[in-house]
Amino acid sequence: MTVFIIRRLLQASVVVMLMSVIVFFGVNVIGDPIYMLVSPDADQADIAAAVARLGLDRPIWEQYWLFLKGAATGDLGNSFIFGEPALRLILQHMPATLELAFTALLLAIVIGIPLGLYAGLFPERRVSKGIMACSILGFSLPTFWVGLMLIILFAVELGWLPSTGRGDTVSVLGFETSLLTLDGLSHIFLPALNLALLKISLAIRLTRAGVREAMGQDYVKFARAKGLSTRRIIFVHVMKNIMIPVVTVMGLEFGSLIGFSVVTETIFAWPGMGKLLIGAILQLDRPVVVAYLMIMVLFFVVINLLVDILYSILDPRVRLQDQSK
Amino acid sequence: MTDASLPHSAKVETPFRRFVSEFFESWMATGAFITLVIIIVLAVLAPWITPQNPYDLGQVDVLDGRLPPGSQAFTGYTMWLGSDGSGRDLYSAILYGLRISLSVGVASGVFALLIGTVIGLIAAYAGGRVENVIMRIVDLQLSFPASLVALMLIAILGKGIENIILALVIAQWAYYARTVRATALVERRKEYVEAAQCLGLSKMRVVFRHILPNCMAPLIVVGTVQTASAISLEATLSFLGVGLPQTEPSLGVLIANGFEYMMSGRYWISVFPGLALLLTVVSINLVGDYLRDVLNPRLKK
Repeated sequence: MTVFIIRRLLQASVVVMLMSVIVFFGVNVIGDPIYMLVSPDADQADIAAAVARLGLDRPIWEQYWLFLKGAATGDLGNSFIFGEPALRLILQHMPATLELAFTALLLAIVIGIPLGLYAGLFPERRVSKGIMACSILGFSLPTFWVGLMLIILFAVELGWLPSTGRGDTVSVLGFETSLLTLDGLSHIFLPALNLALLKISLAIRLTRAGVREAMGQDYVKFARAKGLSTRRIIFVHVMKNIMIPVVTVMGLEFGSLIGFSVVTETIFAWPGMGKLLIGAILQLDRPVVVAYLMIMVLFFVVINLLVDILYSILDPRVRLQDQSK
Repeated sequence: MTDASLPHSAKVETPFRRFVSEFFESWMATGAFITLVIIIVLAVLAPWITPQNPYDLGQVDVLDGRLPPGSQAFTGYTMWLGSDGSGRDLYSAILYGLRISLSVGVASGVFALLIGTVIGLIAAYAGGRVENVIMRIVDLQLSFPASLVALMLIAILGKGIENIILALVIAQWAYYARTVRATALVERRKEYVEAAQCLGLSKMRVVFRHILPNCMAPLIVVGTVQTASAISLEATLSFLGVGLPQTEPSLGVLIANGFEYMMSGRYWISVFPGLALLLTVVSINLVGDYLRDVLNPRLKK
């Protein structure tokens, strides 16, 4: 187990190093780095000063080393627009994004798994076919388009729910959260639902496939033969076996929820990292872009690492296979 | 050869004919296919079947701006779908937008398919360390969602039609590479490949003339689904303002332009281009879905 974790940790750090090379050289070789690091309205003298200050006259490998050293101490440059350290800006906007993604994940599990269970238990019923048709739509509809429709329906036409911002927030352990006030909850509902839609479809399909497969297995027949109630068979025996793949896949999707939140945050004016990123791209605020990219890389690597470890705990075959390779 | 044998020989079941008849057995697949064909024809014929070239300033009148669907335009014709903020007829703008959306989607799909296929074939046929390295890269890339990869690339590359296509290609090649490799690995062990090798055919010939044609079925399925996702991804990026510029108004750009009018109840500026996008993406996905059912021998009854 320890060997497995150490190997995966080593692999993960290699990936982070690789990505830092790609991001660094992407920003520095494809574009002219000086225009990415100095505000666009700087004059010739400013640029020359910045070149010397930022060490852009040095060899590229030395620059990369400086970038790494800065990154290791959490210094990824200052935002042109806000004048604050880029990393701090990203971290300030992170709780809002995490809150949104977490709510969406919860919605996906709470809505998707029961629907999938129903569709898997009664595949021939009309309701099940309806559920599956909706899940195909959920996969095909572009997220931003669904967001627009939600706004038109619930915010403009019906006027039930607000469509922009976070509403009233409460401070818990130093983080602002919308989840503890009624106003905040009404603000988070539409964006979270929008973000969750794709994952609801995914949860429905995974659960349905799992249930259909499990219902034909010997252990279910055996449980029936033992005289257990259908409810016990489904909720204890079948669910236990299905939940492992479903929950792991959903966990893996948490990262993609954060990635996708860029779209949802922009539509619903949710003040998270994604909205910050789009603003930064549009206003050529390069340090913020680089900081966002590095944070996301780190985030995904950590999530993948955790899922790998979780998998190896839940399913020892994964670990054994890795060793025999 | 007698006359009577001709109609008989025309009924001989070729794989292609069987495939076509199985595909059109489902009315959903048929409907999706017809919708898709109509969309493509409309997009191709756009300049000849629209009342207005929405990007010729001489034909656009600002006085026609924000007219609801069915209004009469200043110059006479009826705007069945209304007009946008600067007086463009939405029906015309949507057809012109479809052209751009479809060409970006198809262009990036084709490039990603070519690159992914070649890399996947190399991995499958070379094996050993080459395969290991390639598949590591593929796995690494697939651990990030394609939308995020595309967004990251756009953040580095900047806006513009070439950059969008490049970003979509880089975001999607790995899906093709993985599919081709998996299929090619199976094909490689089959006897016909051994036979071809025994005949002394060159490696290139074996790979491209013998293995590749047998990998086509899954490639076509992945190709349709990925093209739909490329179209939707381009629309998303354009909607966010980091995709195509205003001078290349794809459906995503049109939807973004209408977004600001939506809160004031002028829904049509965003909704109709959105419906066009929806119809395109859903019909491609449905066609892809049924192609998978028909082409996958494991799902055959």
